[in-house]
Amino acid sequence: MAEIILGKPVISGKAEGVVLSSDEPLSFWGGYDHQTGEITDRRHPLSGKIASGKILLLPFTKGSSTTTAVLLESIRAGTAPAAILTKSVDSFLVLASVVAEKMYSKPIPIIRLSEEGFRKLAAADRVQIDEDGRITILGQ
Amino acid sequence: MSVNLTPDDDAMLKGDHGPAVEMAMSIIVQMAEVFSAERLMDISAAHIDSTIYIGEAGLEFAERLADLGAKVKVPSSVNVSGVDENHWQEWPVPPDWAANASRQMHAYLEMDCIPTWTCAPYQTELRPKFGQQIAWGESNAIVFANSVIGARTERYPDLLDICCAITGRVPAVGLHLTENRAGQVLFRLIDIPPDIQGSDAFYPVLGHLLGKISRDRIPVIEGMVVTPEEDQYKAFGAAAASSGTVALFHMVGLTPEAPTLAKALQGHRPQEIIDITFQDLIDARNELTTSVGDELDMVVLGSPHFSIAEFSKLAPLLQEKRVHKRVSFLVTSSRAMVHLAKKAGLLASLEEFGGRITVDTCILATPMLPPNVKKLMTNSAKYAYYAPGMLNTKVTFGTLEDCVRSAVTGKVVQDDRLWRR
Repeated sequence: MAEIILGKPVISGKAEGVVLSSDEPLSFWGGYDHQTGEITDRRHPLSGKIASGKILLLPFTKGSSTTTAVLLESIRAGTAPAAILTKSVDSFLVLASVVAEKMYSKPIPIIRLSEEGFRKLAAADRVQIDEDGRITILGQ
Repeated sequence: MSVNLTPDDDAMLKGDHGPAVEMAMSIIVQMAEVFSAERLMDISAAHIDSTIYIGEAGLEFAERLADLGAKVKVPSSVNVSGVDENHWQEWPVPPDWAANASRQMHAYLEMDCIPTWTCAPYQTELRPKFGQQIAWGESNAIVFANSVIGARTERYPDLLDICCAITGRVPAVGLHLTENRAGQVLFRLIDIPPDIQGSDAFYPVLGHLLGKISRDRIPVIEGMVVTPEEDQYKAFGAAAASSGTVALFHMVGLTPEAPTLAKALQGHRPQEIIDITFQDLIDARNELTTSVGDELDMVVLGSPHFSIAEFSKLAPLLQEKRVHKRVSFLVTSSRAMVHLAKKAGLLASLEEFGGRITVDTCILATPMLPPNVKKLMTNSAKYAYYAPGMLNTKVTFGTLEDCVRSAVTGKVVQDDRLWRR
């Protein structure tokens, strides 16, 4: 039976996709190309990976205040991750989703995970997220 | 739990003050609920980072608010924009980019923001006071306001800063509240020689290192034997807020909320104690450089924006010298600082040297660099941190003196004597 992890949906929604994870915080400004969905922080372990449509796991964001604006641009452009899962409630990511809802009716799910949940999902290949924050591991 | 709104908050949320205030308040209340804030609180100033044009969404957001009649309720300075409004034609900035960035600037001016156009608002007359509750965006400005001045701001993201300015209200959470300002991780400087601590290069390097280790915790630094200059604090904070999530630091005996270690920690034990050695600094300094060899296309100074004190440090270094013909030499600053520097006679040597100035923005926020610029040199850890990813350039980190010498020679030269012992 598929393993299920319970997350706290800060912005709830459904998503399914391939997991992309790192325990290093990321600044989206200077770290995420909203035209392509590539992670471009050359000092980050995910540098060069395409996060567009993926389930992105990060502990939290760091660096620039413009992270929110970059994520909003990428949601508008269709290059955003399908969902972002974090260890702490990250205001920068949450706000981008809140504004994306207001401006474009296109929020993306932002889910908070426990340390253990984060660790388990980081090892998963593919997951499915439900409105209530239940995350099903589809492939290990 | 839901947030307790005052009758005034409620009126704003219901649209009694117009649709712009309603939109701003609804975003603030939603964020307050995410953070389980019990209430909202007043702020008396804001710094708006949302002014940086990066694409259509940010522009649409700004113009939506402006079209709805939004006006800021508290004095609000603005961060850099996406274009040097009056000089962009001197660089290969695409005209449609300049037009959009300029539209975004005007949307914020329509909301009655004050046209400071700088990432260093603490260098303006809008500098906040100790204990003042403010809503500031821009990572380096946030950490400076909290740490060096003792003003109180959360780490505000773009888009929320302007909502706070429009309503004059913020969720009462995080660094607005005394109990959340205690230091969490203690860094002890071990045998860092005083001449290193007195050098400009020490601060960005230490900031880069401590930001990375602190992540989202509040660092306390013990063992400083010199009193940093304002621009050294600025360089430290900008670096720490680039490599980490640092929005507040305490330097024991130096910064206003840290007269003693116990006060910096508010009587608590630190979550972790980390010793920083000279070798750690050497490693961090090496990390800021991604370039190999001595090739050089451009020297760039001024992130955060160059201050009047920095202009006065730079001017004598350039006397009787001339930049190498293969190298560009650029200083990024604000209109106000450049105006002051000009009045003080500090720009003549820069002009004769062949240096150039960009205001309102910086190389990270506007697409101004010619495509042949592949190797940068800078004394700014923030430029050094972001340039490889944002500009696809290699970067060498050096002192102001090294930067000038390299610009003259046309290749990277560094005086490493301070770091070799």
